[in-house]
Amino acid sequence: MLAFDDVVILDDITLSIADRGITVVVGPSGAGKSMLLRLLNRLEVPTAGEVRFRGRPVADLDPLKLRRQVGMVFQRPAPFPGTVRDNLLVADPAADEDDLVAALRSGGLDARFLDRSADELSGGEAQRMCLARTLVTRPAVLLMDEPTSALDPDARVRLERTARRLAEAGRPLVWVTHDLDQCRRLADTVVVLIAGRVAGGEDRERFLAGELTEDEDEDDPEPDDAGEIGEPAHG
Amino acid sequence: MADAAIGWTGLVLSLLLVAVAVGLSIWQGLRLEKDMLWATGRALVQLLAVGYLLVFIVDKDTPVAFAWLWVVVMLGVAALTARRRAPEVPGITRLTLGATSASAALSLFVVFGLGVYPAVGRTIVPIAGMMIGNSIGSIVVASRRVIGELTDHRAEVEARLALGQPWQEASKPFVRSALRTALTSQIESTKAVGLVFLPGAMTGLILAGADPVDAVLVQAAIMYLILGCVATNVVVIGLGLTRTLFTPDHRLVRLARSAG
Repeated sequence: MLAFDDVVILDDITLSIADRGITVVVGPSGAGKSMLLRLLNRLEVPTAGEVRFRGRPVADLDPLKLRRQVGMVFQRPAPFPGTVRDNLLVADPAADEDDLVAALRSGGLDARFLDRSADELSGGEAQRMCLARTLVTRPAVLLMDEPTSALDPDARVRLERTARRLAEAGRPLVWVTHDLDQCRRLADTVVVLIAGRVAGGEDRERFLAGELTEDEDEDDPEPDDAGEIGEPAHG
Repeated sequence: MADAAIGWTGLVLSLLLVAVAVGLSIWQGLRLEKDMLWATGRALVQLLAVGYLLVFIVDKDTPVAFAWLWVVVMLGVAALTARRRAPEVPGITRLTLGATSASAALSLFVVFGLGVYPAVGRTIVPIAGMMIGNSIGSIVVASRRVIGELTDHRAEVEARLALGQPWQEASKPFVRSALRTALTSQIESTKAVGLVFLPGAMTGLILAGADPVDAVLVQAAIMYLILGCVATNVVVIGLGLTRTLFTPDHRLVRLARSAG
């Protein structure tokens, strides 16, 4: 369970996330998807219950090491000042040129971007740089929080392809979205989250069939507005 | 210095200026007349009370411990004042108490420990008062700026935390920027002193009949002390507050938007 000031965001969640492929967490805005993701790398801690990573309670792990193992890409790209190279070096100041280029390529950008100013990138490029920046830490798992919601359709498709490549290369992904079409394109496994709970049975089927009206805008609210609780274990 | 005393008649005459302010307020429909009269009366009562207490404290026969006790009371009042001015800042009372105590200890050590002034009631109370009084504004500005920066840049801070940076690293660029802002105004006013305005201590000394050059020396020493004091306060508040805004497991707590 996860609650803020007595407002329950996530409740009664027992979930095991596969250690391969792409797991898509889908649900309407405010369902708590972002918060569920933030529980997984300990940007939030459950009010009650436990999160485990590969069998070990995350509360027992060093949070900084855990976050390097469980990388996260946020809904809106947050470039740091300086060049793309400066950004990647924040993730690992000891990374050499080869590491940086490899991370950049895995994120779908080529080496020429290294000396570009991070402020001048397009939305899609900035989001790819943020993905590459996360990849510099060599995470075992990637969390993607509606990473394409601020991107145009072309950039969206490119990022989805990149995600698929990463998953096929052995890096499991958890991808949050409220977009059912994106869920269908990407998901190896689907978790439907509605009103802070994992939906099963008829509710799940109806949501996936697009029969439940989504009372939402195209953009999800800020991650802070949503929340999740529970006992998910991924890995 | 007898010619500097204005006496009760002079005080009553100076109330003419309050009457002018009240008249302007009525003329312009500002509805601030009551406030002005209340402030005028309150200031007079407070100052008179302090004045009579000071007569006792600065008396040569009064033990200097009373002056230090007065300093402790001022530290407490400063902390409560900061809380009233910035209630949205978590732990502001405790932080202010810590910061002003640190800066007062430092500056009073320089002034009295190194013998700039003799440590007697006549010097301890006004100097500590100026140090502490000037600290409140910078503490409020610094704490609001720290919260404002971390609120405005929450996404970037969390992106850094998500890369495995500890909170000290993740918050550094934003705390630094907040501290710079808080300190810059004090540096600017130090630069402008004498050109744009004549500061209080110097004005008071000149009005009281002191030689202007002597007054300037006193004022310069006080300005440097205030600058050192403000810098100490701002840094103590910045680091102390930032520490309370992150959990031990490197998460940024939820912050009130109003603080900015």
